[in-house]
Amino acid sequence: MDDLLREFITETNESLDVVDVELVKFEQEPNNATILDNIFRLVHTIKGTCGFLGLPRLEGIAHAAETLMGKFRDGAPVTQEAVSLILTSIDKIKDILSELEDAEGEEPQGDDSELIAELEAMSAKADAAKNGPPVEEQGSAASQAAAEEADSTPDQTLERPLRPGEVSLDELERAFRETEIEVEIADGDGDADTAAPVAQVSESAKIEATMKIADAKAAAASDKPAAEKAPGEKKAGGGVSNKSIRVAVDTLEHLMTMVSELVLTRNQLLEIVRRHEDSEFKVPLQRLSNVTAELQEGVMATRMQPIGNAWQKLPRIVRDLSQELDKPIELDMRGAETELDRQVLELIKDPLTHMVRNSADHGLEHPAERRAAGKPEKGTITLAAYHEGGHIIIEVKDDGKGLDVAKIKSKVLERGLATEAEFDKMTDAQIHKYIFAAGFSTAANVTSVSGRGVGMDVVRNNIELIGGTVDLRSTPGKGTAFIIKIPLTLAIVSTLIVEAGGDRFAIPQLSVVELVRVQTNSEHRIERIKDTPVLRLRNKLLPLVHMSHLLGIAEAKVAEEAFDADNGFIVVMQVGSQTFGVVVDGVFHTEEIVVKPMSTMLRNLTMFSGNTILGDGSVIMIIDPNGVASAMASHASSAVAEQNEEEEAEELSRKAITNTSAISLLLFRAGSPEPKAVPLSLVTRLEEFEVSKIERSNGRDLVQYRGALMPLVYVNDGDCHKTEGTQPMLVFSDSGRSMGLVVDEIVDIVEDRMNIEVGSERPGILGSAVIKDRATEIIDLGYYLPQAFEDWFMRKEMDIEALTKKVLFVDDSPFFRNMLTPVLKAAGYDVTTCNGPGEAFELLENGAKYHAIVSDIEMPEINGFEFCEALRRDPRFRNIPILALSAMVTPASIERGRQAGFDDYVAKFDRPGLIAALKDVFSGEMGAAA
Amino acid sequence: MTMLEKNIKATGSDMIQYVTVVIGGQLFGLPISQVHDVFVPESVTRVPLSAPEVAGVLNLRGRIVTAIDMRRRLHLPPLEEGQMMAVGIEYKHESYGLVIDTVGEVLTLPISSSEPNPSNLDKRWAEISGGVHRLDGRLMVILDVDRLLGAMFTEPMVAA
Repeated sequence: MDDLLREFITETNESLDVVDVELVKFEQEPNNATILDNIFRLVHTIKGTCGFLGLPRLEGIAHAAETLMGKFRDGAPVTQEAVSLILTSIDKIKDILSELEDAEGEEPQGDDSELIAELEAMSAKADAAKNGPPVEEQGSAASQAAAEEADSTPDQTLERPLRPGEVSLDELERAFRETEIEVEIADGDGDADTAAPVAQVSESAKIEATMKIADAKAAAASDKPAAEKAPGEKKAGGGVSNKSIRVAVDTLEHLMTMVSELVLTRNQLLEIVRRHEDSEFKVPLQRLSNVTAELQEGVMATRMQPIGNAWQKLPRIVRDLSQELDKPIELDMRGAETELDRQVLELIKDPLTHMVRNSADHGLEHPAERRAAGKPEKGTITLAAYHEGGHIIIEVKDDGKGLDVAKIKSKVLERGLATEAEFDKMTDAQIHKYIFAAGFSTAANVTSVSGRGVGMDVVRNNIELIGGTVDLRSTPGKGTAFIIKIPLTLAIVSTLIVEAGGDRFAIPQLSVVELVRVQTNSEHRIERIKDTPVLRLRNKLLPLVHMSHLLGIAEAKVAEEAFDADNGFIVVMQVGSQTFGVVVDGVFHTEEIVVKPMSTMLRNLTMFSGNTILGDGSVIMIIDPNGVASAMASHASSAVAEQNEEEEAEELSRKAITNTSAISLLLFRAGSPEPKAVPLSLVTRLEEFEVSKIERSNGRDLVQYRGALMPLVYVNDGDCHKTEGTQPMLVFSDSGRSMGLVVDEIVDIVEDRMNIEVGSERPGILGSAVIKDRATEIIDLGYYLPQAFEDWFMRKEMDIEALTKKVLFVDDSPFFRNMLTPVLKAAGYDVTTCNGPGEAFELLENGAKYHAIVSDIEMPEINGFEFCEALRRDPRFRNIPILALSAMVTPASIERGRQAGFDDYVAKFDRPGLIAALKDVFSGEMGAAA
Repeated sequence: MTMLEKNIKATGSDMIQYVTVVIGGQLFGLPISQVHDVFVPESVTRVPLSAPEVAGVLNLRGRIVTAIDMRRRLHLPPLEEGQMMAVGIEYKHESYGLVIDTVGEVLTLPISSSEPNPSNLDKRWAEISGGVHRLDGRLMVILDVDRLLGAMFTEPMVAA
């Protein structure tokens, strides 16, 4: 493809974009002759050049379109169909152009006669209509147009924004000026590296020369239409072409890379000079530094483009949408002159378009609805762009109905992205964020406009890809606003240099929200839920991960230790809606770096986005916040998966043997060498007392404990405490009373299934179970508690005798029956136990009355769910409160329990929870009775 | 077509020059046309999560070079003491540094004296060896850079 043709394609594409915008404007203001002139001129140019280059298809369409527009200019009324038709022809021209480009200049085959015929028919119609309107009006319109033309054209040309790929001459000249100074310094320095970009710049100077020729050619091309214009405009047009030249994007890219290198080299030099206090290089280097900074700025400016370029296509899109959806829409664009890096600009074009489509389709209501809501019929979509810090903020706002929380909720539930219970804890804003979740689309019907299910998550991904974030605010009835925050440029990134596991890493500052210093005794310290480290930060729990853990550069154990260390830093990062903390060993400083792509061999590492050379000459890896975020997410989900697996495995084994869920057991020795065990959840505290503290009174051993006397109990009668040193004991407390069970030694805490295989006749022992591969005696706390206080279980019964409720406790496991019966009794209930649903039915059938039933879930033959369902079917028992008691408490099992008809669902070892739940059902019952 | 054959076509002669290097006591030869520079690898930055053979990345005159630990690549124990050296090569327009023990002389050898890998050669060696030259009293294994680096590209991909 020859240069001339390439030039033509670029220019025509730009012209067509302008025509698009102008046509939409023209449709709104059919009397504005300036706009029409502008369109006419552009189409005419296209037509003329096509003829010159021998492109008959393009010429044909352009000619027909021009003819139709010529009729408008002559005063024919502007109709919507006519404008639509012209727009269609413009699209056709664009299609042909892109094919032309692909085919290296070969005009594609095709037949446009139909389109041309339509255009001609429309022209004929316009002709007929033109003769209708009175001549007077025409005349006034024409004169008005002439006046406007005279006023507005010079203005327009001055304000014309730079086209894509165009650079204002000032910028380039400044860049060249700076480089000349650069040459001197570089020479003096004798540094080969600094000289390299200079060579590059002079190369581009040569390009400038060729550019001039190209420009002259372009000017010649534009002469033809310009000749039809007033002489004043011609002059203005000439001025523009002198002020800007066209430079290939590649040239600019290369220039930018070289300047980035220069910046890096300068940083290196500065670092060296910093180490030598009195260096004669200091002053010239300072100068070099300043010049480099300005040069960098200058070159950066050449890459900058007004964001309006990305918006160019939107008026047209909105117009088409408005017709398609039958909603009048006004597009209000503000801050179109805000500049940002062209690379970024390219990348946000599509997300922006998508968001505007979304606003038009989902956001804005139909005119009837708007009228009913007391809003103007015409909906408004506002696009606004402005600078804020080192970022550009772009807002896409509509004045529609706002997001429908209920609709989002049902959709999320349907898709299984969250559960009802999770929703209860969420604010509306949090629920809104689900529209960014993958596989989500709120449009009830899939329209051609939007709602294909690949909506906002793609938008979010695209924006995050360039290091940006997207947020949204929605007010019901008032509208929705999306706020996009993107960096000014991708080439130079401000990063935070941190250390982890002995290595340094750079974290892009854009994603860093704050730094928290953690110390064990300060208000910020690392806490744990199971093994998951978390940080309490302003009433929010922040999930934490250690950087060296994340990168696998340290053994897990070392990382654990690092968590416990006194001085650590937490880098609080935000990626999209995800906030998390990354623990690092040290934080150094911030540094502006130029991201260099990683070698292909390392590109599969999602944790890094690139690498760079620091001021001290060493290479540093740049952390990719998105990679970290997804690693965090997958880390969490794998943990959940593991847990689920465990639960499933448990459930399977439960089917085989009942009562085998793993629980924490405290292993100890007392009296005899064989190990004994007690569920850890029952133990209040482990204590050690000086033997001398043990006093004897009224024939029993006591210690003073928390201002009261605590009786000591021995596992076997006749045992006695140690004679010297300290005496370990297990403390059990309930309602202000404590008992100390004297043990010889605390052995271990284990997670194991407690499966009592051999029952016991001996008082105080429930039976024996295999724990940690050893036969272990499980002690019966219900036997020892009354030894300390004979009235342990009775005292409350006395107090509230009148209130005593009869409770039926169904559990197949003797252990739990023995363990929980005392608990229930202690709370003042009259407990009857039975070993399974069969026995329970028998009791109930025989007319025994109970105020409530507490039932285990995991039972052989009839499980708790079936038991409950059976009871609920019987009218006699329909209203008895039934509580479920289970070792397995998951949202799914709770849901299952609710369906079966349980009033509440309590974990087996949650004794206070059980008491509270019982209290709740009774108070509820009383409330209902009253 | 192996790198070797390409070289022959390029030079048009039946002699080929090798830069010899020693890795774990074994003499290796790299076609001189592929060697860009020889340098001492300093301040190598580790790259977490990368393949074990990747020693890290380093700054070589303003370029970021990926260093490959040849001892680990050949499943040899790490060098106990002494200064390591590195040979800078270019592969698919990217710079790599092969970290080796020492660099020796440049040998000019006839193509014809090259022999194929002995069939009993360690598989892990055979996959990066382009043949063997018999020298006076010792053998020189020809390092096939394309296969050496090519294999490393695919490996992590498969793992991922």
